[in-house]
Amino acid sequence: MNVLLDHLAEFREGFIGTVLLTLASGLLAMTLGVVIAGFRVSPVPPLRMFGTAWVTLFRNTPLTLLFLIAWFVVPVIFVPGLSPWTKALLALSFYTSAFVCEAVRSGINTVPLGQAEAARSLGMTFTQTLRMIVLPQATRTVIAPLSSIFIALTKNSAIAGAFSVTELFGVQKLLSDKGFPITWIFLWVALGYLVVTFSISGLFRLLERRLGVAR
Amino acid sequence: MTASVLYDAPGPKARIRNRIYSVLGSLALVGLLAFAVYRLDAKGQLDPKVWEIFNNAGVRTNIRDGVLTTLKVFAVAGALSLIVGLLLAVARLSEHRPVRWLATGFIELFRAVPLLITIYALWVLFLTYKQDLGVIGDNTAFWGLVVGLTVYNGSVQAEVFRAGINAVPRGQVEAAYALGLRKYQVMTTLLLPQAIRSMLPTMISQLVVTLKDTSLGYVITYTELLFATRTMANNIIVNGENPFTAVTIVVGAIYIAMCLALSSLATWIERRGRRTKTGVAVAAAAEPAEAPGVLDASGGPLGPTADREPRP
Repeated sequence: MNVLLDHLAEFREGFIGTVLLTLASGLLAMTLGVVIAGFRVSPVPPLRMFGTAWVTLFRNTPLTLLFLIAWFVVPVIFVPGLSPWTKALLALSFYTSAFVCEAVRSGINTVPLGQAEAARSLGMTFTQTLRMIVLPQATRTVIAPLSSIFIALTKNSAIAGAFSVTELFGVQKLLSDKGFPITWIFLWVALGYLVVTFSISGLFRLLERRLGVAR
Repeated sequence: MTASVLYDAPGPKARIRNRIYSVLGSLALVGLLAFAVYRLDAKGQLDPKVWEIFNNAGVRTNIRDGVLTTLKVFAVAGALSLIVGLLLAVARLSEHRPVRWLATGFIELFRAVPLLITIYALWVLFLTYKQDLGVIGDNTAFWGLVVGLTVYNGSVQAEVFRAGINAVPRGQVEAAYALGLRKYQVMTTLLLPQAIRSMLPTMISQLVVTLKDTSLGYVITYTELLFATRTMANNIIVNGENPFTAVTIVVGAIYIAMCLALSSLATWIERRGRRTKTGVAVAAAAEPAEAPGVLDASGGPLGPTADREPRP
């Protein structure tokens, strides 16, 4: 109990760090994921290939390896001088975008065939069909897997703490290095994550209810 | 709905347009690749000398040992997580309330907490009581990693097992009780075989996650593939710098190959299961959902209760 009260400032900062990192990388992953899902169903073969390669690559690489790449390869080869936070954001959102892409793609596949056919017979182009007809309807089925993906993202953001970004795992490491009992630290940090994950699942359940339509 | 429904069979105009897009897209991809290669070359990473380190026997032994250590952790943690998952699933479906509550609490806690937090806490705990722990105390990092992976993946596998058990039609259980089978007989001869068969693709997909998560050993300085090769790269100097990039590319390729092999096994089993028309449907080769209660929480205890509502 004392560990929490004595280090409330650290815990608060770690908690805010986790929330911010999750939010930012969640947004970036969503954008990337939807765009790449669009690539994967597009009529242009090179784009489809790019989408497939992206998903295969990022889904089968351990996140720790992506963090190592972001820390030791990207600065040397491509852009030097990124802050640790930006690097963590990039690693997390690229990794998550592959999962978002797969969720969106399977969502697209659940939209009834007739919808796309009707759109086409009205003379809509591929982009119009996707943007105005298919994606809005796919949203509903995608929400449940997305909630699962964001919860996983929150938990994955702990790895950023191991690479000296301020968030909850960093707090655990810091306090346990100072010699406080690990069991209590574990419980408090776990509670922090529980708060975030339960809010996400609550939020998405609310969304699901708002967007749910009987088909 | 297949992707091709999203656009018409291209006419002459669209064919030309698609061809233009294809050329542009290919050019962009080639440009991206060329840029990457150019930057690698400009930083001296494509120098033959950098890549010659992989001809060195010491480097190869290091990588091989790293792969073997990763596979060792994966084998132990994977097997243990399946056993723990089975026990937890059966406990969560138990008729005895305390057992059910304990299992539920355990599963929900460890599924919701990031794996890294668990592994780190276990590692520090094992280090603190090093003297009293015997075998575990001798190799704290290994056991921290294995126990952490087991606890987390066991909880996830338990939910997978439970979803499989709940997918078995209720009538079969009732018929078994009517024939006079005991609880454990119903579980071992009727529910589990069908649950495992239908959930095998999902279980293997979760094993892929276990394999990827062994890389968390890097954080607790356990010498699995990632940590071993990183330390190795730290000790090699080519042209005045450490060959991180080359080593990372090779290690990444190894990880991707291992994970792809395992996940294609899952997909193959799923396809094979789809062909047979009898029995409980085979689940998709996807990773199980993360949110609490997503994997069908409707199933309660499996006892011979008469007042059960019919399942939807």
